[in-house]
Amino acid sequence: MASILDRERTVAGPGFSRWLVPPAALCVHLSIGQAYAFSVFNLPMTRLIGGAKAGPDDWSLTELGWIFSIAIVFLGVASALFGTWLDRVGPRRAMFTAACCFGGGFLVAAFGVWVHQLWIVYLGYGVLGGCGLGIGYISPVKTLMSWFPDRPGMATGMAIMGFGGGALIASPLSVRLMQAFATPTNPGVAPTFVTLGIIYFCFMVIGSAIVRVPAAGWLPAGYVPKLLPGRSTAMVDVNPDEALRTPQFWLLWWVLCLNVTAGIGVLGQASAMSQEMFHGRISAVAAAGFVGLLSLFNMGGRFFWASTSDLIGRRATYTIFFVLGIMLYAVVPTTAHIGSTVLFVLCYGVIISMYGGGFATIPAYLRDVFGLQYVGAIHGRLLTAWSAAGIFGPVLVNYIRAYQIEHGVARADSYTITMYLMAGLLLIGLFCNLAVRPLRADRFARADGLSPLPAEERGR
Amino acid sequence: MSGSANGSVGGRLVVYWAIAGIPLLWGVWQTLSNVIKLFQ
Repeated sequence: MASILDRERTVAGPGFSRWLVPPAALCVHLSIGQAYAFSVFNLPMTRLIGGAKAGPDDWSLTELGWIFSIAIVFLGVASALFGTWLDRVGPRRAMFTAACCFGGGFLVAAFGVWVHQLWIVYLGYGVLGGCGLGIGYISPVKTLMSWFPDRPGMATGMAIMGFGGGALIASPLSVRLMQAFATPTNPGVAPTFVTLGIIYFCFMVIGSAIVRVPAAGWLPAGYVPKLLPGRSTAMVDVNPDEALRTPQFWLLWWVLCLNVTAGIGVLGQASAMSQEMFHGRISAVAAAGFVGLLSLFNMGGRFFWASTSDLIGRRATYTIFFVLGIMLYAVVPTTAHIGSTVLFVLCYGVIISMYGGGFATIPAYLRDVFGLQYVGAIHGRLLTAWSAAGIFGPVLVNYIRAYQIEHGVARADSYTITMYLMAGLLLIGLFCNLAVRPLRADRFARADGLSPLPAEERGR
Repeated sequence: MSGSANGSVGGRLVVYWAIAGIPLLWGVWQTLSNVIKLFQ
């Protein structure tokens, strides 16, 4: 039965402007970017029973920390599992599915909070919501690159910038909703979850309604695809199973994983780190401002670096991330020793801009190496690197810091080794990036240099 | 493309970008309000 969600119903007619598509992607990414702001619920959820303060039966912060972790793991799992399905059914059905999962996840989590059963919250926001995150994250990527073959980095950068920007909206919105719903005995988390679930569902459905895919063979006016003898860009189309058997895929997996590990560990500890490295000079309120500033760099970096990669190339962009990142991580402890808050903030701002830039640049990097046809599925599988980094990064920063403090290192100095370790991780990432080479064109592309071989014809 | 079609696309561009842009700008504004505290 034909459905308005079918790919065929989303093909753009003549005269359609491609600039109408990025807002559709932004509707989805601004919604699912809420995940970065989930921590605003942590403290209120520790006093659901106790009311004004945590009671003995209330959930601990450690237990609550798993909600975000499960969501990020299922983001990777869902994007890996559903990438191929997404390439088949198109962006509208995928965005609508993501809206149901993400909005529904909030509703299930609200029920879990209501009956005070943490496993239901894990299942709701973590598993169901995490699937919504994964499907939603990859759903507009291929569509945008199809509309903007001349500027794929900028196009995906715009959407993925929305994921960074989602937290900027969700954080103040959630706080205000909880303030509105709170009573003297209840912090108002459950009704806030219900409200957010409905808002995000509607916003994502708007995105799915306005998204369009280009007609077959459509190209922007004046754009001529490059032919084979030159760069390998967009000259091959490797299916996801074949991609997994190439060293290029695994090199890029480590490139993303190491870039994210270096950023995510610091991002989670930014508030505490700034206060401890500048003891007495950065207050808790100022630290909150610092975290907000990092969010802006995170968001802006996604657009800036991805757009820059269209001009200088993906490999060169990642080389800048790693080389500049190593230098900045090496300098950060010195900024604390000389007491320069401005330099400290600037260093971290640039580091986090490159963390965001890494996310935004990787889809175009994948397109360059593996072609456009299956980029959604390949991107989905690569995002397992994010899930891995979501575990490595915070663990590295937290455990190394705790180990040093236990062994008598001053709190202000306890991050120094971590910074040098992050620089070391980036050095490995640099080598991985430099090892990425174009795929052999004779193995994966047709003689005309433009049309890919069908999967069943490859390998003959 | 005719003038009315151009106008229609232009109007949709404004509406679509406003749908996505206004919440984002509100979030950026809220964040910048907090960032100022870092430098006070």
